[in-house]
Amino acid sequence: MSKTYYDPADLRKFGNITEWSEELGTKFFEYYNKVFEEGALSAREKSLIALAVAHTEQCPYCIDAYTKDGLQRGITKEEMMEAIHVGAAIKSGATLVMGVQMMNKVNKLDG
Amino acid sequence: MGNAKTMTKLKIQSLHKRKSELANSKRQLEILSNGIFLNGELPKFKDKIAQTNQFPLRPNRLEIFQINLGYMCNQVCTHCHVDAGPDRTEIMTRETMQQCLDIIKKTEAHTLDLTGGAPEMNPDFRWFVEEASKIGIKDFIVRSNLTIIRANKKYYDLPAFFKKHNIHVVSSMPHWTKGKTDKQRGEGVFDKSIKALQELNAIGYGMPNSNLKLDLVYNPSGAFLPGDQTSMEKEFKKALKKDFDIQFHNLFAITNLPISRFLDYLISSENYEDYMYSLVEAYNPEAVKNVMCRNTISVSWDGWLYDCDFNQMLGLKVASKTKHIKDYNEELLQNRQIIISQHCYGCTAGAGSSCQGNVI
Repeated sequence: MSKTYYDPADLRKFGNITEWSEELGTKFFEYYNKVFEEGALSAREKSLIALAVAHTEQCPYCIDAYTKDGLQRGITKEEMMEAIHVGAAIKSGATLVMGVQMMNKVNKLDG
Repeated sequence: MGNAKTMTKLKIQSLHKRKSELANSKRQLEILSNGIFLNGELPKFKDKIAQTNQFPLRPNRLEIFQINLGYMCNQVCTHCHVDAGPDRTEIMTRETMQQCLDIIKKTEAHTLDLTGGAPEMNPDFRWFVEEASKIGIKDFIVRSNLTIIRANKKYYDLPAFFKKHNIHVVSSMPHWTKGKTDKQRGEGVFDKSIKALQELNAIGYGMPNSNLKLDLVYNPSGAFLPGDQTSMEKEFKKALKKDFDIQFHNLFAITNLPISRFLDYLISSENYEDYMYSLVEAYNPEAVKNVMCRNTISVSWDGWLYDCDFNQMLGLKVASKTKHIKDYNEELLQNRQIIISQHCYGCTAGAGSSCQGNVI
């Protein structure tokens, strides 16, 4: 067994999940591939969304995959960083907006 | 990281000048056949194409006659598969050019493709273009690195010279931003390239409906594969028009092959194995049908014949009784078996890759 939780080489084995549940695995990858096709959003826009979500989910495999995907699409490092800031802003905003609940509670208990 | 600056400095010279072990093509071929390909982690190219009964690889109809006029270049790009640069002195002589002209008159190929180095730096370049033009070739390509047009006064009239001979200009441009372009092709290359493209546009090259063809070649600036050619073309056109009012016809997306300076970069940046995995995973048997070596003959500066420009750089002369331009025999050549190794995965990944971009 590996002594670390994450091994970059495991990303290549992602497709193997189908081996232990063929129907669900196949359906997942069909869905996954469909999601990233050109649609109302361009594949380029979807790649940037995926990169931002990869960071908010803190998934190292996804970060590797969508950084490379972005480079392949000609996305610049400035665009990538801005996308991550969007994710970070929502993450921090989601924490801070809970402050309203704290304020409500303080006001109720001690107002 | 402390060595980053030193590394960059060293990279300014060709592998030959640096006396790198990779300047030896045999060493490159050894690397490409050892490691992950020797231990069976990844299949060898020969075994991969055999799965779809495409081994041995043989030529289709000959369409492109590609001539390398020499390895001398005014640039030293980090990923150059030719290992070209100002220190390379290998240049085609007029005598060899004459032998090429004799063949161009007879060949079945409809396209003549001049490459280098910077082909314009060969002192007999203009003579050769003038002589070849008289033959009446359907598509006459010069692969110009653009900066040569701005490198010295003696080259300033190149756009007009190209126009006079109805040359199809194909030029490299790794990105529409300065940072990424200069990182791969050298400091100041982007600005000079933009100026050269504007000059070409000014005399009609690359304009909509113009017969003066101007195409750009995109190859990735790092250890990743090119994205979809059509989408990249859209992005390039949008950005170059908006930022510099530049227009061009087609974008060819070319995969970097793991040879020469790009192989050196892959190894030194510890990206070699991952890159080879990416190429093998993206292998597309459909691309094998139209891969460049099947419709091209590549001639080196000293007149030897190769299946493609990459095999030329690896020193893999055609497997045929006719190996040199002086005893060229097209019928014999068309019966040859194309020489392959693991670098060939670079031309069969995704939508395929050739000097004319995607092959699917």
